[in-house]
Amino acid sequence: MIDRPAIEVDIACVGFGPAVGGFLTTLSRRLGDPALPPVESRAAQGLPLQVVCYERADDIGFGVSGVVTKARGIRRSFPDLRAEDVPMAADVKKEKVLYLLDPAGASRRTAAMRIADGAIRALKRVLPFERDALELPYTPEFLRKKGGLVLSLGQFNQWVGQQLMMSGAVQIWPGSPAAEPLIEDNRVAGIRLMDQGVDRGGAPTASYLPGMDVRAQLTVVGDGPVGQIGRKIDERFGLPEGHSRHEWAVGMKMVIELPDGVELEPGTVFHTLGYPEPEIFGFLYAHPERVVSVGIFVPSWFDSPVRTAYRYLQHYIQHPYLWRYLNGGRLRSWGAKSIQESGRRGEPRLAGNGYCRIGEGSGSTNVLTGSGVDEAWTTGALLAEGVLDLLDRGRPFTEENLDAAYGERRRASWVESEGRVAEKARDGFQRGFLTGLAGMALAGLSGGRLAAPGKPLPPGERVHTAEAFFRRRLGIEEIANIREECAKRGKPLHDELMDRCGWPPIEYDGRLLVSHQDALLVGGKVQAPAGVADHVVFIYPELCESCGTRICVEMCSGEAIHPDADGPPVFDREKCVHCGACLWNCSEENIRFEAGAGGLHSAEN
Amino acid sequence: MSDYYHIVVCGGIAPDPLQTLEPVAGPALKNELMLPAVLDPWAAHALFEAAHLARSAPGSRVWLVSLSPKAKLQQVMMTIAQKAPFELVVVDGPSSGFTDSFDVAAAIAGAIENIAGLDRSRLLVFGGWESAARGAGTTMQMVGERLGIMDQFQGVDELKAEADGSLAILERIEGGRHQVSRCAGPPALLGWATGSLPEPPNQPQIGMANMRTIMPSLQRAKPAALPGDGIVFRKVALPRQQRDTRVVKDLPADAVAKEIVEWIRG
Repeated sequence: MIDRPAIEVDIACVGFGPAVGGFLTTLSRRLGDPALPPVESRAAQGLPLQVVCYERADDIGFGVSGVVTKARGIRRSFPDLRAEDVPMAADVKKEKVLYLLDPAGASRRTAAMRIADGAIRALKRVLPFERDALELPYTPEFLRKKGGLVLSLGQFNQWVGQQLMMSGAVQIWPGSPAAEPLIEDNRVAGIRLMDQGVDRGGAPTASYLPGMDVRAQLTVVGDGPVGQIGRKIDERFGLPEGHSRHEWAVGMKMVIELPDGVELEPGTVFHTLGYPEPEIFGFLYAHPERVVSVGIFVPSWFDSPVRTAYRYLQHYIQHPYLWRYLNGGRLRSWGAKSIQESGRRGEPRLAGNGYCRIGEGSGSTNVLTGSGVDEAWTTGALLAEGVLDLLDRGRPFTEENLDAAYGERRRASWVESEGRVAEKARDGFQRGFLTGLAGMALAGLSGGRLAAPGKPLPPGERVHTAEAFFRRRLGIEEIANIREECAKRGKPLHDELMDRCGWPPIEYDGRLLVSHQDALLVGGKVQAPAGVADHVVFIYPELCESCGTRICVEMCSGEAIHPDADGPPVFDREKCVHCGACLWNCSEENIRFEAGAGGLHSAEN
Repeated sequence: MSDYYHIVVCGGIAPDPLQTLEPVAGPALKNELMLPAVLDPWAAHALFEAAHLARSAPGSRVWLVSLSPKAKLQQVMMTIAQKAPFELVVVDGPSSGFTDSFDVAAAIAGAIENIAGLDRSRLLVFGGWESAARGAGTTMQMVGERLGIMDQFQGVDELKAEADGSLAILERIEGGRHQVSRCAGPPALLGWATGSLPEPPNQPQIGMANMRTIMPSLQRAKPAALPGDGIVFRKVALPRQQRDTRVVKDLPADAVAKEIVEWIRG
């Protein structure tokens, strides 16, 4: 029997993203200020405050996001920040909102949209119409990022992390997934790191090393929307009355080097809507040195049971408006993540005894402005100000004290006021694309006082069977044959169904248009270490066998879940990018998504 | 007779081998400082072997001497420091950690000579056998020569400390074979190949202990003087790309096999 190791620190942070970056940056400025008296550790007598951050991924730069942000909170922390200080960063120079028409003729558009598309094409000589795209006359104020930055979140995280570590005031440990919170008497007393040296089922092997208990007076939870610690705290303490987390999206993107001779001014930003499906929004952000981030968001209110982000992303980049820049380009990086789109409506308890929540998992993402990084950063900075206040006054990290020190700062912040404006902005999408757009415009222009009605449902309650979703295009018998054929070959349905619906085949070029598996290898450089348990578990396999949609297979960002004709789906850890989309897509809530190591190994995302 | 060792591991950092590398003029790579980095894989094995040997010989100490850009090195340390106990000695160097093996060896040997408390009679210098030399295997040899270490072994896959204090070393030789060499004991220099130990798991408590010496060492790091006089890089290229994705449908297995054979034959 091997004893479980344990250490004691003052503050343990979970997840190194922008929220914890903001927290540690603000905290370390005070801790490392030689002009001020040192803050003494209670955990280690005679030493300065012990602040440690545990990050799941194998390095601190393996974030997955191309970002355009107003950077208000980031600039508040770094008043002298210049874009050229951060690799791949650029000042926002010009923004366009584009409505993309359907050049493939396969997009699932309503009659109203088809009429509108026809009218746009008929008037294209007098409209700002170019290459199957209509440029909106202006970018709505709520969407604009004037004065902001285009960032690679991976590079930004690296830049922030390097400065933090050089300060010597805090420690950041990548490759350290946190498995669960240590909860004692309704108090979070720290975290337990993941066991190592176990088999796929979690049983100890000869090299077993129990995960360490990190006991802390304050646990700062910034592990994102699908992080284990945040979710397990929610399971234990529940969400506040009236709050729910029904709105999600998968964001998937590529980092592309433009072909020779093609220039796009760094800081150019395109926001797009309308293609490849009306429900799928997209973006292009231009970084310096002819590199762009291009991606899409596939939302939970897109009712298709074959919501494959990868195939849709391939069609998206080939839209004529974008393809004129991208054709001949080279895939440098690729990745995907889940986005918690309930925003303030999904806000958990921000503080409890011994813990606080910051970042996306704390409901800070703003779906109206399409912004999350700066909001996350700001929540972290606000918490640090509150924590320093408590430390200065010698007050313990109780729920009451943390609520006063952090909760009140958060309520008084722009994150809160703008989050309230956005709260109902997307409800209209529950009733359809055009209603949704009208709702967003109403909310944005009225400061949140007006919005289109709609009640967000859990993703599993919205999604249709393939037979129902494709009823106007494919017969039940044809779908049954496709199912049988795909099951035999161990393949998802999505490619076959999209082919039959008229989506053109992807002509691979081996540089940018590559197979999904090549995108994992060439773009995401996805890795999985040995000696850890599978982090995706089908709780009741018999339930999977009777599942009509198997949406976990269809939407998997890495094709890491694939069908097995004789049983539940099979999980292949070596392909998982840890986006967590299987967790919120499963209509039966039959997937356990645990702490896991590995994933993306690209810092250019 | 004392059986402790003072083991100095020489280890620079290299871009994570998973990344897409593009050379630019000279020894550097395009965007190198943006890419995730790892301890040179040979040197990483050397470090794991050093930690393993030190565990079995009470009183031993392990130093990691690294000639690397310190901003990038500190990021690599967040992972490496969790795997084995060591003390870090940093020489702030250029990206790629390589200009010329002669200069690199001089900088590393100088750093080793300045380690306080180093018992050179019990010194084992470890490193990757082809590290910091573009595969030429010259750097470690010159480090040893500068330190006056006569017993040198390259392409090492295994080291056994015998009961009489001698060392038995499994060395790679031509033709894919090994030879067993012996020496009376330290001082000795071993250029490691892949070794035989698996990569240790991350152990946060080891990392916490290491960090007490790592951060001050990084903050004290001085820039290396690497003149590189007389070095001219006339041509720089990556090896020919091995990956060439092509989608061909319905090709018979015989034709696929034939194509692979032709590809192997070049």
